Parts: sequence; structure tokens; C-alpha cells
Amino acid sequence: MIKPLVDVAQDFPILNRRINGHRLVWLDSAATSQKPESVIQTMDRFYHESNANVLRSVHTLADEATTAFTDARVKTAQFIRAGRPEEVIFTRGTTESLNLVARGYGDQAVNSGDEIVLSPMEHHSNIIPWQQLARRTGATLRYVELAQDGTITIDALERVIGPRTRIVALSRISNVLGTINPITEAAAMVHQHGGVMVVDGAQSVPHEATAVRELGADFLAFSGHKMCGPTGIGVLYGRMELLEAMEPVMFGGEMISYVDQETATWAEVPQKFEGGTPNIAGAVGLGAAIDYLAGVGMDAIHEHSRTLGELAFETLKSIPGVAVYGPARPHAAALAFNIDGVHPHDVAQVFDSLGVAIRAGHHCAQPLMHWLGVGSTARASFYLYNGQDDVSVLKEAILETKRFFQR
Amino acid sequence: MNLDELYRETILDHNQTPRNRRDLENPTKTVGLLNPTCGDQIKLDLQLDHGKVTDVGFTGHGCSISMASASMMTEAIKGKPVEEALALARHFKAFLTGTPSPVELGDLEALKGVSQFPSRVKCATLAHNALEKALMESEPDHNR
Ligand SMILES: Cc1ncc(COP(=O)(O)O)c(C=O)c1O
Repeated sequence: MIKPLVDVAQDFPILNRRINGHRLVWLDSAATSQKPESVIQTMDRFYHESNANVLRSVHTLADEATTAFTDARVKTAQFIRAGRPEEVIFTRGTTESLNLVARGYGDQAVNSGDEIVLSPMEHHSNIIPWQQLARRTGATLRYVELAQDGTITIDALERVIGPRTRIVALSRISNVLGTINPITEAAAMVHQHGGVMVVDGAQSVPHEATAVRELGADFLAFSGHKMCGPTGIGVLYGRMELLEAMEPVMFGGEMISYVDQETATWAEVPQKFEGGTPNIAGAVGLGAAIDYLAGVGMDAIHEHSRTLGELAFETLKSIPGVAVYGPARPHAAALAFNIDGVHPHDVAQVFDSLGVAIRAGHHCAQPLMHWLGVGSTARASFYLYNGQDDVSVLKEAILETKRFFQR
Repeated sequence: MNLDELYRETILDHNQTPRNRRDLENPTKTVGLLNPTCGDQIKLDLQLDHGKVTDVGFTGHGCSISMASASMMTEAIKGKPVEEALALARHFKAFLTGTPSPVELGDLEALKGVSQFPSRVKCATLAHNALEKALMESEPDHNR
């Protein structure tokens, strides 16, 4: 019996809620994870005791707030094995991080005739900033061909990455297919041609131990809210040489060094990219989330995500009239499925009546829906507070949905 | 929450055997609408003659609520004057937010339960928004 990795009742009181008379079963962590007590309390304590703006004043609270904010950056850098804390830029989340690379780095590094390589499984936030960059610069987008089970092969990467490739932008773990993509291999190829590897880590950083340099990531984007942290805080990691050469895109307070009426010079990395008052409590909350995850152990979390993902894949595949997408293994974090003849919205509605929260729709991945040949899917996703029981509940909910609509 | 309140028999019936689910050959008006949050799509064809909706058809894909609502709507407006069809769409939308309708809604009454599910209101109104769009666009010709 696979149990949750943590004491759910104690650490995640929200999961003690009853929804429509049933225990709440949260299978929507790929959209956002629940937050442990320690994160909520850390943020609460920050606002109760140490709230002040950072990097500006000399009073005691400003010192405490600045220290807490700086500590969060150090923790985050250690968590992803960055070379130094300054390589961590705080943003609002993955979307902002990817937009920042596309503008700040892309506008300088990409010219007409260059190529940007993506995959059809990318989240819209790892497609549209590159579409816009291509439009601004005259570059071309090229898409890796997916294998039949939705995986990316080395051969497929070799066919699209070449001398014109300036940027390869791929998710490490798909938010729909649950695939774990060969980033290290893609990075080696693009580096050979002098380009850079941008990794969308929105789903991977919450679910596996991340070491940016071993991964081969020149840039890595992720969101706090999918890894037990609060909403509104995220990270762009960048290699220091690249960040130093990169232009800021948000201008104002805190990001400057010297200003006169006509001109300004920029502060050092990372302040250069963090114009305005940052999400201080958010960063502090992210730090607490990292402590929590590290306490459980990222290797244990990764194994748990895969075990539940693969178990759910097998379980759902054996139900007649149910289609599951993505590879049988390795399959991490999220599992997309459809029930014959029942629209995913109706599936999600029946699930809700049973207290089971799943997502239905296109998951911000319309090109992937086209590739799968469906308009939308249902999706169940798992995290450290789920266990085998929840996979059984998922199966029962599917059977109940079939009974309800096929009467 | 009771699922049967949302998914009344009439809805399941319209979803399983939709009425007027077809393309018209020479429609006077065609409107396509997309629900960007869920990817649901509808195409509504209207045949208008002397200020009346003489024929109507829809195609598309979506959840049972959106497809049943489209099917019910086509039945309710076929043969009706354009003003009445337009009024029906508006009264139906108000009905979903709890305002009783002054006109007969027919089978559309079965969608009453949707008002308790805010996230599903947009599903139920998709076809009606398409109808409004088509008829608003058609008003100039029809006044001539
Ligand atoms: C793979 C992937 N990339 C990017 C995002 C965007 O993240 P956010 O909405 O936090 O910016 C998500 C989450 O929705 C995701 O799953």
C-alpha cells in the first residue's frame, strides 16, 4: 500500500475538508499544489512580526525583512544547485520568467533566419513568448516531432537542432503527458551549435531533484505555487554570464545604479531584473516550501510521483472505454485521460460531486490537444500528500461517471 | 449538491440525440464561437426570411450542458420572429442568473440547475451568445 509521504491531516488541514459529503481528494496539483502549515505559518509570522520593504531602510524590521528575503534566494539557489544566489531572479511565476528570457535574452541573441526549437507538448507560456520573439526578429520556430506515446527521442531532437538553432525551449516534465524529457541531451546538442537551453521546470522542480548545471539548463523557469509555496512568486534561474549580458525589461525603482534626467545605469544581477517592490512574503513562503520539500527529500518525492503516475496509468488503461495519454513509464506527476462519449467537463462535474478535484480542458496546451486529436481531456495529478487510496478513488469516480452518463 | 438537479433527463436526452445538429446549405447567417477557457466550439447556421428564423442548425463540440443547450435553443427559435428569438436568448441568460423569464423557455427550463454551478454558466450560454451575435449582425438587413 503506497501511503502519502507526509502526515496529511496535520500538515495540510485543507485536505481534511469534506466536499459534497466526501473526503476532499486533491488531484489537481499540476494546476496548483496545496500549502503545508509551515508555509502558511511562516508567511503569517512574516506579516505579523517582520513586515517591511527590503533593501531600502535601516530600521530593525527592514533588516529582518531583507535578511528573510535574501535567505529565501540563497535557499532557492541551493535547492536547484545554482552556482550562486544571484543567479536566482524572483518573478511572479513560470510565465513571467519565460517572458523575461524571451525579451531580455532573446531580443539580443536572436536574429532573422535563426531558429527556435520547441515541442508540441509545451504549455502556452513556453510557446507564445517565442512566437512573439520570432515575429519581432524574423526567426523561425521549429517543433520537435513527438513519438507515438508522446515522448521526445534523441533522433527527433537531432532532426531539428542545428547550426541555426539559437534557443531550445522545452519542459522537463509535461503538465499533460507526464513525460520526462531528455533535457541533458537536448542541451548538449544546442550547446554544440552555440545556442542556449531554456527549461520550463514548472512541473519538474516540484517533482524531482534539480541540478541546473547537470541538467544543462542555461535558463530554468518555475513557479512557487506548484511546489507547496504561495502564488505570485516564481523563479528565473540563469547562468551568470548570460544574466550579466541580458537586458532588463522592467524599469523603475530598485533596479538602477545611477539615474539622471536623461539616462540610467542598471543595478547588478539580480536586482537589475527585479524592478519595484518584490513579493517579499511570497519569497519567504517559497523558502519555507523548499525547507518542507527538502525535509521530505526530493528523491523520495520523485519516486512517489512516478509510482502513483505509473500505477494510475495502468489502472485507468485497464478500464474499458477509457483512453489514457502519454507513456506507460516513466510517467510522472500528471495523467490525462478521456472517457468515451463523456466530455471532460462533465467528467469533472461528476468527480466534484464525489469530492474529487481534477482539471478538465486543454490545460493551456492547445497544440498538444491538436496533436492528440482531442478538444480537451480530463487530468489527474499527484503530489506528496496523495497515496494509493486516491488512485482507487480515481478509478471508482471514473466507473461512477460511466454509470451516470451511460444509463 | 445533487447531480440529478444539474443533469436533468431532458438535458441528457438532448445531449444524446441533439436536434438540428447539421449544417444548413445556404445559411443567411453563420456564427462561430469559441469558449477559450475550455476549448468548446459551436457553429450556428440561421436561415432568415421575412424577419423570421425559418431554419436553424448547429455543429461543434462541447460538454453535455453546452450541446444540450444549443439543441434546445434551436427547437425554441425555429419559426419564430427574429425579435422573439433574440428576446429568448436574453431572457434565457438572465434566467441562468436567477431572473424568472417572462417568456416560455420550453425545454431550456431544464437548465435551471446550472445557475448553482457558476463555472458551467458559460457552457449553457455559448449557443445563446452565438445566436445574439448572429441576430445583432443581421438586424440592418432585416430592417430594410
Ligand atoms: C509545464 C507548465 N509550464 C508553465 C506553466 C505556467 O505556470 P504559471 O501559471 O505559474 O506561470 C504551467 C502551469 O500552469 C505548467 O504546467
